[in-house]
Amino acid sequence: MTSVHDDVAAARSAAAAVLDPEVPVLTIADLGVLRDVTVEADGTVVVTITPTYSGCPAMDTIRTDVAEAVRRAGFPAVEVRTALAPAWTTDWMTEAGREALAAYGIAPPPAARATGPVPVALSVRCPQCGSARTRELSRFGSTACKSMWVCAVCREPFDHFKAHR
Amino acid sequence: MTPLATYALRLGDDALVLSHRLGEWVTNAPQLEEDVALGNIALDLLGQARSLLTYAGQVEGEGRDEDDLAYLRDERDFCNVHLVELANGDFAVSMARQLVFSTYQLALYEQLQSSTDETLAAVAAKAVKEVDYHRDHATQWVLRLGDGTDESHGRMQAGLDRVWPYVGELFTTDGLEQALVAEGVAADSSALRPGWDGYVDAVLAEATLDRPEGLRTPPGGGRRGVHTEAMGYLLAEMQSLHRAHPGASW
Repeated sequence: MTSVHDDVAAARSAAAAVLDPEVPVLTIADLGVLRDVTVEADGTVVVTITPTYSGCPAMDTIRTDVAEAVRRAGFPAVEVRTALAPAWTTDWMTEAGREALAAYGIAPPPAARATGPVPVALSVRCPQCGSARTRELSRFGSTACKSMWVCAVCREPFDHFKAHR
Repeated sequence: MTPLATYALRLGDDALVLSHRLGEWVTNAPQLEEDVALGNIALDLLGQARSLLTYAGQVEGEGRDEDDLAYLRDERDFCNVHLVELANGDFAVSMARQLVFSTYQLALYEQLQSSTDETLAAVAAKAVKEVDYHRDHATQWVLRLGDGTDESHGRMQAGLDRVWPYVGELFTTDGLEQALVAEGVAADSSALRPGWDGYVDAVLAEATLDRPEGLRTPPGGGRRGVHTEAMGYLLAEMQSLHRAHPGASW
């Protein structure tokens, strides 16, 4: 017989592994979109997610994918809730998420701010060649969370996952 | 509708209608990057509108959802300001409107983050970061066009003159709003004006543009459901698909 604790862990790992449909190398846990997983007394799994941007069109797909993943993990009753507060920030992206983005060719957002002096970001590094000689082409990109950049050294255009705080 | 539902609807209608206008730019903007930028800004506003309309429907308690409110209301039931419904005009007119509106909306959402209403506070806290970016986008264009060539300067000034008469309505308060201000729910629109003037004046000065003076002030009335001629055409475009195919989904 499994304990509630085991159930929560199993449901959580199923939900956590769901990929962002627009950046399919990033799990919703790495993205910071997965906020909470609980199991109610009647066995219903309640997954709470938060949108990145107010109008993020991936939310509907993420909601469906989460419900499906949790059901496949052996929980027939799933409820996916959306919470707006506290507002999502790129500071919630995990280090693993940042690395996965860079490997995929998307320059990750700057690392989460620690307390103390705020580091000044001088440039965005090219995810192809690593050069800091890059330039912003447009403050908006293919999805709400990205901007378009180009590298002056390898000449490759690339997406940057914008800092959002 | 209760005052709270109406208030949520006012904010939601502003976001919804401007989102629709910005969506009209997609495939028509001067650069591909601008199609993308304006599409993204429209999407942020649409997301805000969805949250606000959904909430208005919940507070009303008559079972209307976001789609019912967006697609099945008629013109007199929309309570957005006139500024957001005006036809796009050229790119400079749209950038003037973006500067004017996003500067107002940023100040509004900054205030609403501390609303005693949890949902309004959460929507505002989420949106404030997005609108900060919208204002920055508009500011860059107003500077670039205003302090650019004779042609771009002239058109930017004309764009500003076109939208300026509609600014006053943004800061017009009424009894419904004031009652909610007293409860800590709403932000006082009239109190947002000084901060707005400070930011916009600084941008106009740097862009070598003149702050419009002496223009005729239209009567307003958007919050009461009285709209300009442009609104009916906008709604016809926005609502026709939903009304022709009730209940259709992707």
